[in-house]
Amino acid sequence: MVNKVTEIESMSVERIRPAGNFIKAVAAVVWKDLRAEFRSRELFSAMLVFSLLIILIFNFALELDIKTRQSVTAGVLWATFAFAGTLGLNRSMAIEKDRGCLDGLLLAPVDRSAIYFGKVISNLAFMLIVEIIVLPIYSVLYTVNLFQPGLLLVILLGSIGYVSVGTLLAAMSVQTRTRDILLPILLFPVVIPVLLAAVKASSGFLTGAELADILLPINLLIAYDIIFIAVAFMVFDAVVEE
Amino acid sequence: MLCISILRSGRKRTMITVKKLVKRFGLKPVLRGIDFEVQPGEFVALLGPNGAGKTTFLRILASLSRPTLGEVNIAGYQLPNQAAQVRARLGVVSHLPLLYGDLTAEENLRFYGRMYGLTDLERRITEVLEMVGLEARRRDLVRTFSRGMQQRLAIGRAVLHDPDVVLFDEPYTGLDQDASSMLDEVLKTVAAKGRTVVMTSHDLARAEDLATRFDILSRGVISASASRKELKKTNLLAFYKQALAG
Amino acid sequence: MESKPLALKILDIVSIIILGISTYLALVFAPTELVMGDVQRVFYFHIGTAWTALLGFILAAVFSVVYLITKDLKWDRLQVAAIEVSLVFFLITIALGSIWARPAWNTWWTWDPRLTTAAVTELIYIAYFMLRQGIDEPEKRARFGAVYALVGGLSAPITFFAIRLFRTIHPVVIGGTNPAADGGFSMTADMRVAFFFALFTFTVIFIDLFWNRIRLGDLQEKVEQLKLKVTL
Repeated sequence: MVNKVTEIESMSVERIRPAGNFIKAVAAVVWKDLRAEFRSRELFSAMLVFSLLIILIFNFALELDIKTRQSVTAGVLWATFAFAGTLGLNRSMAIEKDRGCLDGLLLAPVDRSAIYFGKVISNLAFMLIVEIIVLPIYSVLYTVNLFQPGLLLVILLGSIGYVSVGTLLAAMSVQTRTRDILLPILLFPVVIPVLLAAVKASSGFLTGAELADILLPINLLIAYDIIFIAVAFMVFDAVVEE
Repeated sequence: MLCISILRSGRKRTMITVKKLVKRFGLKPVLRGIDFEVQPGEFVALLGPNGAGKTTFLRILASLSRPTLGEVNIAGYQLPNQAAQVRARLGVVSHLPLLYGDLTAEENLRFYGRMYGLTDLERRITEVLEMVGLEARRRDLVRTFSRGMQQRLAIGRAVLHDPDVVLFDEPYTGLDQDASSMLDEVLKTVAAKGRTVVMTSHDLARAEDLATRFDILSRGVISASASRKELKKTNLLAFYKQALAG
Repeated sequence: MESKPLALKILDIVSIIILGISTYLALVFAPTELVMGDVQRVFYFHIGTAWTALLGFILAAVFSVVYLITKDLKWDRLQVAAIEVSLVFFLITIALGSIWARPAWNTWWTWDPRLTTAAVTELIYIAYFMLRQGIDEPEKRARFGAVYALVGGLSAPITFFAIRLFRTIHPVVIGGTNPAADGGFSMTADMRVAFFFALFTFTVIFIDLFWNRIRLGDLQEKVEQLKLKVTL
């Protein structure tokens, strides 16, 4: 039986101005995702284990002797991130879809893009955390120093591009019948420029190439990031609103 | 609350006004011209068989779906153009909990409170938790809650920002007798504050006790409507059957 | 049932005729190229189909934007038509490019920017149709299709430039699908005739197929409406 369904409700519930609320809403979404993930660690452990398995597979699939390693490291790393990334993107959106939480988000009186930015930031956070763990493991396994500031910058820029487009496409794929399977099919063809530029720049940093050569792909990454964040921001409404 | 809604809506006193609402999915019409008016403080039970379009209708009122044709006004604001203003004054309880299993009860409320831009959030969270009888379990993860408890928390979430209108979509789904009784209590509390409530249900027994008005939605239109007073003579079941047959 | 409009019927016939003429020009009229021999003749159709595919691609991106602004399903039907036609023509382009590459450079595939981008674009198109297939509701299907076509429409050109800038293993000269631009061979006056006529032919064929496909889409829409009337 109900013990005490008390009626202490006050009428003095105030609201914040819309502009201030946008940032608060983004922060709320990010905090919510991080907090929930910190508890269950499902998404994160899946991504991490998957990444390590991919690196293992590459080890057997490619003969990574000392010489080939040099030229192939950047590619192996980015292939790993690209595949493991889809896991995180799928799961992050599936959580919203499964318990109808996406509706809960849409009911809030905030701009839809706040949901988009919140999701992008938390997805980015997960991806970066996984990458930060994979790097030293790879370094140890293959005796190559991956902790160069240039490389870390490329990983950041590439991940931003990947996650920006990925979050938008995941929001769509999670609403179709085919769900999870569809995301890589949608994402990979469209994210090729990121892979190209990121591998080129990463390779450049690892092999000590000319700065001028490396600057070009980095600029492309920045341009891609800006273009697609802008586009996603503009069309996200169309993806979540009925 | 009543005064504010009168001032805001100007000429009309109504809280919810729906005129000639049509909703089509592609070419398939689901709602075929609904006229619907709710005064402030009314508790409308929207009944009808499965597939009649109750959930579609409620989603449109909840601003989650756009009308194909027709007008929808809530609390003086028009959907879909003034959706943000409507959302600030609207609370929705669906048959899905809309809660995050990996967060605690209070974390869930805190999240939604922030999304609604509420100030003095902590106090409000405590108030709401007490209202739905979950204060003792505030630090427990929602995935450990029974369905009944989740539903109560969902109602708490829906009224956190003190909305003028609360929409319930089949709230009793999946609840056992005890949980249903508890839900009755919470619903009474929610409605008691002069709030406007629209509840869909295919469970006539539940609706009978709480509602002030009964509307029947059948084949995409509202085929009948009767207030509680009018229904004293006939019983609800007979009224319902007749409305569907007609 | 409406029958085909007269203009379209005429266009069908005209398309076939000029395709015939273009074939003659490419295979017989144009002189044999000095270095590569007869296989170079593939070039005329290769460029023709590449051009039409590109046209479809650009139109699809434009239709995306228009649909998202107007929410009129007509633009969705136009987009599907444009992408379908473009998909087929890119396929032909790739096939012809492959046929040309084999005798000319002793390889079935060159990872040059144009060919690779065509392949990537094909994958984007296939993904587009798979996305649409997983959605039952027509309005949602149109919305999602438009968003993805827009994203793809922006991404493919960037891919092209990225490959061009970064892939130094296969320089553009060797992998060039349009050696005329790189000085792979220079065109004589007769070749130019065949070349420009081919471009013209394929533009007409594009319009013809596009129009036919739109008509097909409209008829499908009518069938759906009639079906609905019957079941109601």
